[in-house]
Formats: sequence, structure tokens, C-alpha cells
Amino acid sequence: MAKQQLSVDETVAMLDAVADAIIAAEPELSEADRNLGDGDHGLGMKRGMEAVKAKLSEGGFESVDKVFMAMGMAMMSSMGGASGAVFGTLFRNGGKALKGSETFDAAGLAEFLKGGTEGVMTRGGAKPGDKTMVDALEPAQKAAELAVSLPLSEALDTTAQAAEAGRDASKDLIATMGRAKTLGEASIGHPDAGACSVAIIFRTMATFAAGN
Amino acid sequence: MSVPKKLLNDPNACAAELLDGLILAYDGQCEKVGKASIVKKSIPDGKVALLVGGGSGHEPIYHGLVGTNLADGAACGDIFAAPSPDIVLDATKAVHRGNGVLFLYGNYAGDVMNFDMGAELAEDEDIEVRTVLIWDDVASAPPTKKEDRRGIAGLVPIVKIAGAASQVVESLDELERVAIKVRDNTRSVGCALAPGSIPATGKPTFDLADDMVGLGMGIHGERGVGEIPMCSADELTGKMLELIFADDLEFASGDEVILFVNSLGATTHMELLICNRKAREILAEKGIIVHQTIVGPLVGCQEMAGISFSLTKLDDELKKYWDMPCQSACYSKMEGRQS
Repeated sequence: MAKQQLSVDETVAMLDAVADAIIAAEPELSEADRNLGDGDHGLGMKRGMEAVKAKLSEGGFESVDKVFMAMGMAMMSSMGGASGAVFGTLFRNGGKALKGSETFDAAGLAEFLKGGTEGVMTRGGAKPGDKTMVDALEPAQKAAELAVSLPLSEALDTTAQAAEAGRDASKDLIATMGRAKTLGEASIGHPDAGACSVAIIFRTMATFAAGN
Repeated sequence: MSVPKKLLNDPNACAAELLDGLILAYDGQCEKVGKASIVKKSIPDGKVALLVGGGSGHEPIYHGLVGTNLADGAACGDIFAAPSPDIVLDATKAVHRGNGVLFLYGNYAGDVMNFDMGAELAEDEDIEVRTVLIWDDVASAPPTKKEDRRGIAGLVPIVKIAGAASQVVESLDELERVAIKVRDNTRSVGCALAPGSIPATGKPTFDLADDMVGLGMGIHGERGVGEIPMCSADELTGKMLELIFADDLEFASGDEVILFVNSLGATTHMELLICNRKAREILAEKGIIVHQTIVGPLVGCQEMAGISFSLTKLDDELKKYWDMPCQSACYSKMEGRQS
């Protein structure tokens, strides 16, 4: 059954599903990174998501912001690396923007993405077009902004579509950040591994909210 | 490609297990602090502290550079991943003796973000932190964009000299100044003959044809100048040093330098010595005086094959700090020019 909004417990279940999806995608995420970096993006994300699952299972969250922020802190401290810093910031700053919310709806999704994307861009210094996770995140944020009046399940679906389109478009970009930046034009043809993770995160959230 | 034969227990626990082993190898000189930091046991009150660190898997650096007249501590990440902000904070608090902490580490996006967050957390606890980034790899960006350059093997002479200075200077300002000076007088270039692998997956960190050399390639396989056909030790040494001499730091006749010939892992000491022979011939032709040579596998990437050359130009102040003795699991030397 498609969801209009999620309770705190349902938000926990959704993020637990996100963690499972990223853990399952470890080989493809590592392979995506091997084309551009050193091939460990999937491993870091998997380590982070295992910590997230452990944290989520503790329960006791009063509001949805606390769930997202706990997820961000668990990723940041268990992963390290560039991924831990930027993905931890996405969930921590995104969560902060939802302060005190008892439900997660389409308006909350837009707030989460606004706070999270700003945080990621400030921390990492990446702009759209640099061939980073921002190239999936920023289109997702724009899609969410236009979807605030939709039921959550539909808003998440358009957000996930935008993230996936951003991931695919990152194939044609030249890397200017991180370890891939010295590849120059040789980076063309491969999607950014961080953008792949962003697409999986929002597609899994959309699938959960659609009740499938 | 077959998975390299490695002596492991849990492939996902390498960083933790190697840190335990490293601390035991220090025979009581250092201890583990927090989740993944190594800190010297005796740091005098009031000392300006020097903290290094980065991803594990490049042993013996960075955590092996904690020691006498070297770093006071290191924040250690997982294999090839920067340490998290809480690890950096734990290490910072453990080395702080009331006179500030200098962070000195390689210029990689992940390290910068996590150490910066660690610095913000430390400042919340009233610990003054400064950061000097190591960016010695001339093949990673043009001289006009040094802030885009990677930190590679030049970190060894840089940390050695900053570590000695940290014993002598009275303020964080002074230590920062010396660290910047030795960083700005150090240039390195690397190459790759074959990739290392990630212990958790057994997969190589990059692909390189058997008959090619990755000239200027970074220690994780980052692209450098480009691929060239495999050649002799003398020819490759010449091409590599030429990249350093073509950079913006002048090495003139009469200049005194530290020469560091490093193996990335699989390249043997025999090969390093053959390359050192040619490097010394080239330096002698230019009238450059080698004050001291380091030859060895200190900055590695698992079983990656390849070498790097680093040159640090000395003035009287840097030479004074270089000549101080030092001792650690990574690098030790006697007073003066003796190894």
C-alpha cells in the first residue's frame, strides 16, 4: 500500500531497507569505484550500513530527525574516508532540517534533501558537474522541491528517477574532485560511484514507500 | 587475475589487527588510544604536539612515524580510507599538552574532510589546531595548482623534519612555519609497474598492461603523467627525476638535499639500489649534494610494484632538524648524517 507519509517506526524500517540495499550492492559499487578510484567505495558503504543497522535496531527514536541523524553519525564514525564524511553529512544535515518532525512526508523529503545537499557541497566543496555524488543529489533535491504536494510515495519516485538520471549523466562528465580528478578525460564513460549510491538510496526509499 | 596470497585472518579486520601488532612492535613506547589511534606514552607538558595520520594499508607510514623526535601520534583509518572525525579527535586529545596540535598529513579529499571535522570537534574542546597538507607529488597537478597535488613519499622527510622541530619550537606558529617550509622544499614523483590489491576484496586497485609503466602514478593508482613502455632502471630513473627538475622548485649546483628512493611494496631493494645508483649519477652531474640517502619500502600500497623518488632541499635550519636523531617503527637514524 502506497504511503502518504511515514511514522518514526516506518522511517526506521525504510532506512533499514536502504542499508540492506547498499550492503547487497557492495560488489557493483566497488567495481564502479575501481573504474575511477581505488575500488573501495562499496566496502566503505557496506561497513557504514552495517553500523547503521546496528544503530537503528537500538530504537528509542523520538522523532524522524533523530533517526536520520543517528544514521549519519553511524556512517561518519564507522566509515571514515571521503564517503563517510560526505554521506554522514548528507544524513546528519538532512536530519537536522527535520527537527522535531514526528512524520516523514514529501515536504520533509524536500527539507531533508535541501539541508543534506547544502551540507555535502559545503563539506566536500563539490559543485554540480564535478562528477561526484552531488550530480545525483542535486537533481534529486530539485525534483523533491517540485513534489512537495504529492503523496510521499510519488514524491520519492520522482526523486529517485532524478537521482538515477543524474547518476547516468555523470558518465559523460570529467572528474575534477577526489582521486579520480587526475584521470581527466579518461574518467568519461563511467558513472561516479557516489552517485550510484545516492541513486540506490532514493530508489530503495521509493520502493519502500510504494509498499512493494 | 588470481587473488594475491596474503596472510590474513578476517579480511575486514586488517586495519585493527595491524594496529595491534604495530603497538606491540613499539615495545611499550606507544599505546592505542580510542578506536584507532596510536600515541607516544611520554609527551612532555607544554610540548607543541604533532599529529599525523591517514588510511591504513600503506605501512609502515603513517602510524609507524610515531616515535622519538617524530610524530606524537597518528589517527589511523581503515584500509585506504581516512580516519573518521572521532578517531582524529581521540588522537588530538591524547597528544595535546596545552600548546596546540599541528595536523600534518597527505592532501586527499577524504583525509581533509575528516581531519577538518576532527579539528572542529577539538576546537569545541578548546584545543588549538593548525593544519599543513602534504602535496609533494609533482605529477598530480601543475605547480600553479599545488593545492590539488597528492601527498606521497615525501611525507617521510617532511614528518622527520617537522617531528624534530616539534621538540625544539616553543609555539604552534613556529611548528607550522617549519612544516610549511619543509613541505614547500620537497618534491616527489612515483611510478607504477603493477597494482596492489585491496585486502578485503583481493582485487587490484587499478589495471596496467604487463609491458607498460604508469609514470607519475599515485600510491592508490591515481593517474599521473601517462603510461610509457616498460624500460630500463636507468632510463626510468632519468625520466622520473626529469619531472622533478622540470617543476617550479629549483635544484641548483651546490644545493644540499635528502634523497629518498622508496618502494611501493613489491619492488625489491635490489631494484631500488640500481635506481639509486643512476639517481646519484644524475644528481652529481647537476652538482647537487646529497646530504643523506634513504632507500627502502616506507610508503607502500600492499604488493604494488613501483618506486618513487623524493628530494628535500635543505637550508641551515632544515638541516639542523634533519640531523637530529630519530627512532620509530618506520624510520630511525643516528645523529648527523649517519643512518
